Amino acid sequence: MSQVLLIEDHQTVRDGLQLALTRQGHTVDAVATGEQGLERLRVASSDVVVLDLMLPGMDGFEVCRRIRQLGDLPIIMLTARNDDMDVVAGLEAGADDYVVKPVQARVLEARIRAVLRRTGGESRRSGGERSGLEEHGALTIDRAALVVSKGGLPVSLAPTELRLLLELAQTPGQVLSRQQLLEAVWEHGYLGDSRLVDACVQRLRAKIEDDSSAPVFIQTVRGFGYRFGPL
Amino acid sequence: MTPWRWASGRASGLRVRLLLAFALLGVTTTAVVASGSYFQARTVILQQAQDAAVASLTDQLTKVYPVRRLPPSQEELDTLAHRLSDREGYAVVLYRDMRAQGAQLPEPLTPELRRAVGDGVIAWQRVSRDGEPVLLIGTQLQIDRPDGTPVPSGLEVYSVRSLASEQQSIDRLATLAWLTGGLSLVLAVLLALLAARGVLRPVRELGRAARQLGEGDLTTRLAVRGADELADVARTFNDTAGTLERQVGELRRMEADARRFVADVSHELRTPLAAMTAVTDVLDEEADRLPGDAGRAARLVSQETQTLTQLVNDLIEVSRFDSGTARLSLDDVDVAAAVTATLRVRGWADRVRAELPSGVFARLDPRRLDVIVANLVGNAFRHGAEPVSVRLCAEPDWITIEVRDQGPGLDPEVLPHVFDRFYKADTARTRSEGSGLGLAIAWENARLHQHAGQTGSLVAGNGPTGGAVFTLRLPRVVTDAADAGGVR
Repeated sequence: MSQVLLIEDHQTVRDGLQLALTRQGHTVDAVATGEQGLERLRVASSDVVVLDLMLPGMDGFEVCRRIRQLGDLPIIMLTARNDDMDVVAGLEAGADDYVVKPVQARVLEARIRAVLRRTGGESRRSGGERSGLEEHGALTIDRAALVVSKGGLPVSLAPTELRLLLELAQTPGQVLSRQQLLEAVWEHGYLGDSRLVDACVQRLRAKIEDDSSAPVFIQTVRGFGYRFGPL
Repeated sequence: MTPWRWASGRASGLRVRLLLAFALLGVTTTAVVASGSYFQARTVILQQAQDAAVASLTDQLTKVYPVRRLPPSQEELDTLAHRLSDREGYAVVLYRDMRAQGAQLPEPLTPELRRAVGDGVIAWQRVSRDGEPVLLIGTQLQIDRPDGTPVPSGLEVYSVRSLASEQQSIDRLATLAWLTGGLSLVLAVLLALLAARGVLRPVRELGRAARQLGEGDLTTRLAVRGADELADVARTFNDTAGTLERQVGELRRMEADARRFVADVSHELRTPLAAMTAVTDVLDEEADRLPGDAGRAARLVSQETQTLTQLVNDLIEVSRFDSGTARLSLDDVDVAAAVTATLRVRGWADRVRAELPSGVFARLDPRRLDVIVANLVGNAFRHGAEPVSVRLCAEPDWITIEVRDQGPGLDPEVLPHVFDRFYKADTARTRSEGSGLGLAIAWENARLHQHAGQTGSLVAGNGPTGGAVFTLRLPRVVTDAADAGGVR
């Protein structure tokens, strides 16, 4: 169904997750260290990485950054419960989502599916997407081909970043709350972590804004959420 | 209370007592010394003046000797009186009923004086003339018998001399005595102040140090000066404070060790639990296919794994509060929507009477609000009786959420312990109804919400019509160190 790379140093946790995810129909490649994980990515393709942050040797944050340098592979972090610093640092390192250990297999499975939906072209939104090119100033968004370019040059966006941009650009000038964005992009139910949105907005701004401290495309509406434009 | 008021605010204070003692001592000593020397000097001065006057009179009388015949003529009396008068005084001469003309006596002669003079003695008396002190000296002239022995002549001479200059000297003495007394009083007061300062400063320092110690600053020590009793007290204080600091430090270390141990154990438990939790779904799925006991065992393991996970998560949460590492993740929250979502997610929406006015926004940590409300409502279902109601009230600075059930209410003995960790009101209650940390965590979560001196609170009580009432109060604007300056 999908190729999952699991990087987790504790053998029993690794075995447990591998067993459960395999039963859900995924092909799971389980390794114990970040170095092994990066090596595996070089030789075989994966659809999603499930990455423990506490790793011996190269830590999870570094692994996360390296994977991001390689491409836009979705990353789901495994973190200690509410370890706030870890969550923030992991999201800044480029992770798309996170789950807290101990995690039930079906929760992790749901997150994997959600993140894969962002990567694939499949649409969840009712009413269908507008096809064709959208021009927003220097920014061009091709919803059909899922390509974004700025000033004629293609911008490389990770799947979650792309989904967030598509969601915001769908209704220019309208404020979307973090909660709305969490439900639409991350498919989190109520009480999703709004830091996911904030971290992803930061990464997106770094890629599409001229000056990410004075954003034009994605603006913060303090106390409410985010808004695309107005340009 | 400031140290100064502390030291001087009492009439019976050490300072006042010292001042009084010194002043009394000074004044008494001065009074005794000054008055003694005053009276001594006064006697001496008057005696000298008197002796001089008597000597002068006798001298003058010698010059006017002898009286030729008796009785003397009026003219002789006048001449005698005139001769006996000089700059310093004048004389009145009497012979039986005759008297020299001119000067008058300042006041009538007392019979005692006249009798003494009549006996041939030189007598004196101090009298007042127009408010001025004068000395009245009386004597009788002698007549030499032909054989040379003198006999009284009956001719009385009274000399009046002013004592004004002597009075001045005495007055000066008195003034001097008063001045000395005043000066010594001032000196005594100054000395008393100095002594009081010397004694009171260490006492005040001791008081301040004791207060600091009482307020929890166990590093408080006094500077030990000198080797007197106060220095001993300071040394004793320092020793006591040192012992206290060591013991409290030891206790704190032990407590921190115990807490760290709980935190460490919880973290260590998490890894095996993570492995077990990962496969509980597998167990659940397979349980139905497993025969009899194996299926029940699988379900039991799965279920208890979740209970254990909850317990460990709660322990970790509690150790975060204890170590002060719990942080708020703030957001602007539509409180009614948040509470509704909490109820909906847990399937309680239809069982709870919710009074949630819309449009109430607050800046708080939605996850922690969810934890609190879920705990309170879950608790009401477990221990109270339905209907359970949740009511939201908004004030300018606060939001209040009240969770009420219609059960028997909380026992007054239970009430103070409701938020204690692992406190079970009913000892027969089974453990499966929660970790025993739920309300403790809810309470800590409420208190974590702080803004400008306002601290969130969670209070348990009983309603007027019975049933337990838990009231959550949170400040509407909450600040958190981690939130400040964040890009939001």
